[in-house]
Amino acid sequence: MAGTSDIKRKIASVKNTQKITKAMKMVSAAKMRRAQDAMTAARPFAHKITEMVHDVAQRANPELHPFLSGNENTDTIGLVVVTSDRGLCGAFNNNILKAVSRFASEHQGKKVKLVCIGKKAYEFFRKRDYEIIEKYADFAGKVLFSDAVGIADVVVEQFLNNGIGDVYVLYNEFKSTASQTPVTEKILPLKVEDAGEQLVEYIYEPKPEMLLNELMPRYIRYKVFQALLESTAGEHGARMMAMDNASRNASDMIGKLTLTYNKVRQAAITNEILDIVNGAEALNG
Amino acid sequence: MADMIKLELVTPERLLLSEDVEEVIVPGVEGDLGVLPGHTPLLSALRVGEMTYRKGGKNEYVAIEGGGLIEISSDKVIVLADAAELGREINLQEAIERKLQAESVLKNERQQDAQNFRNMEARLKVELTKINIAEKYK
Repeated sequence: MAGTSDIKRKIASVKNTQKITKAMKMVSAAKMRRAQDAMTAARPFAHKITEMVHDVAQRANPELHPFLSGNENTDTIGLVVVTSDRGLCGAFNNNILKAVSRFASEHQGKKVKLVCIGKKAYEFFRKRDYEIIEKYADFAGKVLFSDAVGIADVVVEQFLNNGIGDVYVLYNEFKSTASQTPVTEKILPLKVEDAGEQLVEYIYEPKPEMLLNELMPRYIRYKVFQALLESTAGEHGARMMAMDNASRNASDMIGKLTLTYNKVRQAAITNEILDIVNGAEALNG
Repeated sequence: MADMIKLELVTPERLLLSEDVEEVIVPGVEGDLGVLPGHTPLLSALRVGEMTYRKGGKNEYVAIEGGGLIEISSDKVIVLADAAELGREINLQEAIERKLQAESVLKNERQQDAQNFRNMEARLKVELTKINIAEKYK
């Protein structure tokens, strides 16, 4: 019966792994749901602040405003990179890291400074030739608006002090459970979208130019918050898919191993019967 | 609905209020703003402080934490706050504790860490507002 016990042990071990991957899948599904809820909850705010910013920005003189016209630092780009803290989520983080390299090669001749969010980004870039302004990690599962505030305020400060020129955010957009795609979004300076006809003539208190100083940092905070939310939901989605695949692979493997096990067992039995039959034949002979 | 105005209070984390009210008073950066139905369209910024609204002849209070923005149109008031807490949900005990904590930090840090000092000062302001409001609900 040589070999069967080995195969048996292997089956048991794969089964254990499958239990873990299944559990992780369930956990990720629950976490993803929560992250999606947070995204939905942020939507009314998103809608309103975007509308307000564009409305006010159209009325402010763009030349007076670094938020609208950009600052003097034209050879440095700030890039906020959003990754996850943990792995085991398929190509989720790799896609982002690759996108950063692509971004850097597209903007050759300019210096790219990074703000790293998530352990994975920092671990990757600290060994490479990038300047890291700041790093953030360990969001303990739930993304809070206050997390985004800290990050966004650093970005805005750097921008106003001419530390960085244009600012982009690179994060995984949550399209569906099965698909997350890296997107690069320019957040500073603001590109004013023409809202077309204006229906309401507002009174501005204080003046649009002043109001913009209140609005823009909030808008950036919100943008960072949104990137964090999307990325978190995406991370759990990606992990769910990865763990689903892993569970399925484990099932396949268990099937194959069970087949081999049965074959080996059957061969052993056949051999034994042959031995017995041969022995009996010999006695009869 | 000429005698009612819709009040919406939104934070990035959730929609806190969506009600028809009779009057709203918000802490604007240039002083408190009273809003009645039929107000001229207005955009403004908010400071930390207390927002009051009247519904069914009864005053309700909300703590606006960390400032925000307000958009008024003739039948709707939209308040975007960084954070906010409804008066009836404020935990007075907790607010007092955090106020004391902020005060003690302020006392010790006076000259040391300017950033932390500012943060704590803001915290203290928020907690004081919350305590004020919570006391009205006692």
